[in-house]
Amino acid sequence: MRNFTSLLFAGGLGFFLLVLAADLPLGAPPMLAGQGVLAEGAAATGAANLVTAVVLAYRGIDTLGELSILFAAAAGVGLVLGRARRRPDAEADPEGGFILLAAADLLFPLLVIVGLYIVLHGHLTPGGGFQGGVVLAAAFFLPLLGRPRNALDHAVIGWIEGLAGAVFVGIGLWALAARGEFLAPLLGKGTLGALFSAGTLPLLYIAVGLKVGAEIAGLMSTLQETEAAGS
Amino acid sequence: MYWITVLVVAVMVLSALAVLLLPNLLAAVAASSVVSLALSVVFVIVRAPDVAMTEAAVGAGLSGVILVLALRRLGLWGLGDDNRPQPERFSGTGDDA
Repeated sequence: MRNFTSLLFAGGLGFFLLVLAADLPLGAPPMLAGQGVLAEGAAATGAANLVTAVVLAYRGIDTLGELSILFAAAAGVGLVLGRARRRPDAEADPEGGFILLAAADLLFPLLVIVGLYIVLHGHLTPGGGFQGGVVLAAAFFLPLLGRPRNALDHAVIGWIEGLAGAVFVGIGLWALAARGEFLAPLLGKGTLGALFSAGTLPLLYIAVGLKVGAEIAGLMSTLQETEAAGS
Repeated sequence: MYWITVLVVAVMVLSALAVLLLPNLLAAVAASSVVSLALSVVFVIVRAPDVAMTEAAVGAGLSGVILVLALRRLGLWGLGDDNRPQPERFSGTGDDA
């Protein structure tokens, strides 16, 4: 009976989505805004990577929304799980083997460099704050896998996260005061393709990278610090 | 390029089936990461490197780690579990539970 109900529900949902999809005018009319961004984006923002121009200059407020979603997710995990909620008698996880420990030590500096590179070159090459931030978080989470007793300092993570978010909003408010638009690009555009170019976009992406990295590292280490069920 | 795409999509479909069919939950999580990794190759083929990087980092890496940590928290998998028999996988009917 329950299987039949599930089947009915799944079938009905599929039918509903198919009806919606049949009526959607996919591909028509062509997205004219995209053509405009492709034609003018690089000149208007100074960012060689047009995706960054869209993410931070044209749709900066959407990026702020994404950061808020990530913050809510990390805060929720921290509220429900974490070291503070750990049973005092729960066993700690054993240390990792030689391969995991050696690989974590070797990979840590490389991952930090790659993550920082991706964040700093977000306006020039594919990638940016979100991707680089996840790589940075992985760099700081990897040693925890090998040595579960060393925890990340959640107070430091909280400060990095809060300051980076404040810098992002602060640059947006600065633009609001200077140009009358929230998160409008400021400062000189520089030469297209140079590291110091595209005005405030690299600064915004550094803030995004630090915030995403701190949030995801905190989220993963919170999950890792909870006791395993049954131990 | 056409056949590479077909191959990658076939890998995606097969790993997605493996997620459903594998009895070992840890292996199922690994297979779901393979789906994301193959999807990121598809994004590279359609020339969207930014999306491909996000998919590889978040879809293949982060969500896999979070799923494994959730399995550990729920007691469905633990460190040093490799020699223990796996718990019975949820059968979906709910009648025998």
